[in-house]
Amino acid sequence: MNNLLIPNPKEAESIHIIREVAAQFERPVLLFSGGKDSITLVRLAQKAFYPARIPFPLLHVDTGHNFPETIEFRDRLVEELGLELIVRNVQDSIDQGKVREERGRYSSRNSLQTTTLLDAIEEFKFDACIGGARRDEEKARAKERVFSVRDDFGQWDEKNQRPELFDMLNGKIHNGQNVRCFPISNWTELDVWEYIKTENIEIPSIYFAHEREVFLRDGMIWTANEHVFREAHEEVLVKMVRFRTVGDMTCTAAVFSEAVSLDDVVGEIRDSSISERGARIDDKRSEAAMEKRKKVGYF
Amino acid sequence: MSENRKLIKIATAGSVDDGKSTLIGRLLYDTKSLTTDKIEAIERSSKQRGYDYLDFSLATDGLVAEREQGITIDVAHIYFNTDKTNFIVADTPGHVEYTRNMVTGASTSQVAIILIDARKGVIEQTYRHFFISNLLRISHVVVAINKMDLVNYDEEVYLKIKADFDALVAKSDFTEDQITFIPVSALKGENIARQSEEMPWYVGNTLLDHLEVLEPADLQEHSVARFPVQYVIRPKTEAWHDFRGFSGMLYGGNLKVGDEVTLLPSMNTSTIKSIHYFDQEIQEAAPGSSIAITLDTEVDLSRGDMLVKSSSVPRSEKQLTATICQVNSKPLRVGGKYILQHGVNRVLAKVDQIESRIHTDFTGTETADQLKLNDIGRVHFRLSKPIHFDTYKENKANGSFILIEEGEYDTVSVGFIE
Ligand SMILES: Nc1nc2c(ncn2[C@@H]2O[C@H](COP(=O)(O)OP(=O)(O)OP(=O)(O)O)[C@@H](O)[C@H]2O)c(=O)[nH]1
Ligand SMILES: [Mg+2]
Repeated sequence: MNNLLIPNPKEAESIHIIREVAAQFERPVLLFSGGKDSITLVRLAQKAFYPARIPFPLLHVDTGHNFPETIEFRDRLVEELGLELIVRNVQDSIDQGKVREERGRYSSRNSLQTTTLLDAIEEFKFDACIGGARRDEEKARAKERVFSVRDDFGQWDEKNQRPELFDMLNGKIHNGQNVRCFPISNWTELDVWEYIKTENIEIPSIYFAHEREVFLRDGMIWTANEHVFREAHEEVLVKMVRFRTVGDMTCTAAVFSEAVSLDDVVGEIRDSSISERGARIDDKRSEAAMEKRKKVGYF
Repeated sequence: MSENRKLIKIATAGSVDDGKSTLIGRLLYDTKSLTTDKIEAIERSSKQRGYDYLDFSLATDGLVAEREQGITIDVAHIYFNTDKTNFIVADTPGHVEYTRNMVTGASTSQVAIILIDARKGVIEQTYRHFFISNLLRISHVVVAINKMDLVNYDEEVYLKIKADFDALVAKSDFTEDQITFIPVSALKGENIARQSEEMPWYVGNTLLDHLEVLEPADLQEHSVARFPVQYVIRPKTEAWHDFRGFSGMLYGGNLKVGDEVTLLPSMNTSTIKSIHYFDQEIQEAAPGSSIAITLDTEVDLSRGDMLVKSSSVPRSEKQLTATICQVNSKPLRVGGKYILQHGVNRVLAKVDQIESRIHTDFTGTETADQLKLNDIGRVHFRLSKPIHFDTYKENKANGSFILIEEGEYDTVSVGFIE
């Protein structure tokens, strides 16, 4: 038996937030992408309700262009933990004529996900969606509340947010409204990786360095396969890469990396010569990539 | 994560254009927390505007409206770390109109950095923000006298401002050792992460060094144990058939297995049988832990109730007096009915009397029949059911509440119980 528990403040806060979601809402759902942030959320939710099961389902909005490794991982996790998983497909929204597939060089199904998500919220009458967004990801995110109230259209009114004082969360809403809840708002990318390491949490293999067919465009490393639009002159190379975020293939770029273990990954991110937010590795390489692009006469 | 790094939460304060966002941008830059692409973006846009130097406020002002107007509107949370410490900084707006956002940002912080423009000295917003820091009982205040580059790094200017500020400190509840003065230039990085050669007369720590040595008290670390029940865990599985765990966050003090506890509101007593943190059973938990507790006896205890040590029971009352800060444009009026949220507990509350509006420059009070946005006042409430509270002074988490209005369910006020 462990003697004295000294809490990890960020973890304790996240557990507190997840319990508030379960207590304040009737039909919460955890938005699960198969990425490291949502995997971390699942672990935190386990901790929040142990020894009971997580009292809400996971929802995955599948673009149909996910990395197969992520989908396999998702199904295994759900099976092992006895979770309830709901999958809604962007392909169905396309087939139903609700959204139209993008075409051309930068075509992606990323933005089409919103329609599928809002439909799912309506279908299941979800009143709270738990997401893995972090404030350190992006400037506008830095302004986001932990409980972010959305109107019937899922919109965020950034200038009119409810103040959040101390750790008191106000999730009171009217019918038809829903709240996006962000338990790991205060975590940084490094926090997430260090946590995955200390907790020994399994993650999809694409987070570790592996050989992959890729091509370079705009200083980024793109996956070369049938889902990603590629110009004839964009040459396919085989490189050692890994992913720092995992989403739709069409919008998730890889980074060159030799990191094959969690220690390596944490080291890579912690190393002060590499930026925490994913830019520097890319940037360093991108100078070369940019040069190359210019050489081939970027349009 | 960060097991061996401590976490320090900071809020900036000060008037418009005193350089809060610039200071944070500078801290990020000097601790190498800015990515190359961000630095390049800052360089580009600083050049575009014809500056000789980098405008670091661009690193934190994330809303389009903010960048257009060059001011901060809403709180931004910024993260950076050094080898020893994880920092969370709430960059709050200086504009009077957005004072409520300063209160919000400061409520989750242990340290306030109040900036003063060396050319302007102590002005109204300085009073107001220092008053709020005092009201919130922030552990440490750093007074950063900024833009020293614009006053030739003159020690006299610094001393004059320090003396003016000391007069304010004397009127507050702060003791001298809670206040630290540092002359800085956020723009040039003088005394931020690097000891300034321009100000050899200043022998104290740089801002970053100072922040790193602080050991501030958090919301959770205070006096005696308070355990508000957040969620009752009932697995109803074969393996855990009879398990009934009361989950929540522990505030104020430790709880351990075997402690004799009193349950509120029933006033029943019981003994702690086990404490659970995920799949581990632990003997004792420190404040700030999110845990689940089981008791020796079958008791009636649900969300909003509270478990405390029998040796120190809080007050349970249906009437209370609090200092209120109004954080919404809908004013607080006598007779107004609200949902009062105290931690995770909600009751109905009615405003019995607004005793006074408090001047935020430490000059006293005036009578008022309503509290408008950003007003601070002393208010008496009547509640539908008793809540179990301490004064804010004794226990921050158990001595504060918010008011939710019943139309849009907006959070309209924050209260500090007296
Ligand atoms: N010369 C000089 N200028 C500074 C210094 N610090 C900030 N400034 C300038 O002061 C102006 C305002 O700085 P901000 O950082 O946006 O001010 P702020 O306090 O965040 O303002 P609000 O958020 O709107 O309240 C900018 O033009 C800065 O470049 C300093 O140390 N020296
Ligand atoms: Mg600012």
